[in-house]
Amino acid sequence: MTLPTGAGAGTPVAAPAPSQIELERRLWRRQRGRRSVVLSVVSTLVVLAVAYFGVVNTPGWAAVQQSFFDPGVAASTFPDILLGLWLNVRILFFASIGVAVFGTVLAVVRGLRSPVFFPLRVLATAYTDLFRGLPLIIVLYLVGFGLPGLGVFPRLPPEFWGTIAIVLTYSSYVAEVLRAGMEAVHPSQRLAARSLGLSHTQTLRLVVLPQAIRKVTPALMNDFVSMQKDVGLVSILGAVDAVRSAQIAQAETYNFTPYLVAGLLFVVISLPLIRVTDAIARRQQRREQIGGTV
Amino acid sequence: MTDAPVLELRGLRKSFGEHEVLRGIDLTVDQHQVICVIGASGSGKSTLLKTVNLLEGIDDGQVLLQGTDISDPRVDVDATRARIGVVFQQFNLFPHITVLDNVTLASRKVHGVDRGTAEQTARRLLDRIGLADFAGSYPDRLSGGQQQRVAIVRAIASDPELLLLDEVTSALDPMLVGEVLDLVTELKQQGSTILMTTHEMHFARNVADRIVFLHRGEVVEQGAPGAVLDAPQHPALVEFLARVGA
Repeated sequence: MTLPTGAGAGTPVAAPAPSQIELERRLWRRQRGRRSVVLSVVSTLVVLAVAYFGVVNTPGWAAVQQSFFDPGVAASTFPDILLGLWLNVRILFFASIGVAVFGTVLAVVRGLRSPVFFPLRVLATAYTDLFRGLPLIIVLYLVGFGLPGLGVFPRLPPEFWGTIAIVLTYSSYVAEVLRAGMEAVHPSQRLAARSLGLSHTQTLRLVVLPQAIRKVTPALMNDFVSMQKDVGLVSILGAVDAVRSAQIAQAETYNFTPYLVAGLLFVVISLPLIRVTDAIARRQQRREQIGGTV
Repeated sequence: MTDAPVLELRGLRKSFGEHEVLRGIDLTVDQHQVICVIGASGSGKSTLLKTVNLLEGIDDGQVLLQGTDISDPRVDVDATRARIGVVFQQFNLFPHITVLDNVTLASRKVHGVDRGTAEQTARRLLDRIGLADFAGSYPDRLSGGQQQRVAIVRAIASDPELLLLDEVTSALDPMLVGEVLDLVTELKQQGSTILMTTHEMHFARNVADRIVFLHRGEVVEQGAPGAVLDAPQHPALVEFLARVGA
């Protein structure tokens, strides 16, 4: 059907000045907005004040402040911890790639329908069940001390084995998230893709996975941030990362401030990513969904 | 009941960015009337219905329901929406609950009717549209026409003062359009007040009390079906009617 030319509404024309009623409504909304801002500022200040004075007035505050919040110790140990953090960032980089690849493979294998792949499917299912249940710290011990102990691998640094352990564990989480996402893509999308002559693999790669990943981006980000923190666990294998550096500094200074420094650094590196994902999610929502006030 | 019209729109304006979709709409719907809004795609029909139900905010003008300005930001939006029934083009039944629960949801959760009474009403309504046997089924089991009739019953289950129907037959197989339009006709006979958008000119001619032609966000012509459809004045309406073959 052809549409009458120019049938679309709203060729941009300067709108007339708003009516008295609309002006009054806008004024009310502005006042309402200002009131909300004032209220939120006041309530924030009250909560912060209560929290601050509540902590500061505890009997042991002076001692805690000395051992956890010593600015001198923080400044002197900061460079070493930052250097350690660089190792965490590198591990995170390689682990993310490993998890993305391995997790996707697991998810796809679990979704295979053909009876030929039955053994693979069972294996993938058993794998995800096992590694989602195993505490990461135990996987780290098994991989970090067990595998090198077999004597078949060349000497490799502990951070290598740590990365492997993290990839093994997190792939199972990510595979489950991706699988949920793939199942949430409406079957009609597969039908449409197959009807165009796309193969099963093409359908998966070009139609299902892109939509699945969008649906589960928040969940994936959650796993990513969680992984970012767990990267600190490689310290138990002896790798000198931020946590290990903090531990060494703590042993030297008899002060816990280095741990706090390391903790804050972990928060700082996770923040930009969280904000970026939020922004991406919002943009996607705007692009793919019609607006509405409800 | 006041003598104010059920619905009155005064100088309604709505823009999406630079794009002005509604450019000063004035419209009244009196009690027991069926008003059909017609117009080309993009003429602002759907936006108009959404603004009436406050699903879309307005930039200027007023929406009065029984004489009360419901576009005032101080008005309780949820309470207002509870007084207006809406049926969408795509049915929008909730797929995770049964047909009966779809119909009784608002009565039970919004209007505080107890389950027994709500279900009794729902079963009576479902029986009237011949779908009593499907009360315990999930919506996906039903055909499009059946789903849309359930959606209409869901909208009228709590006795709304006004019913908004947004192209309720546009997503249906031609074979199924009739059963839905018959139900709308029946609602009119029972005295419902209806504001609807439609492309079914034949239906509009037979059922509407007044036809409103929307063009580029403005009401350019309105009146009795005979006058609007048989003796169109505005060139845009003449062209539109020629294209839809009415």
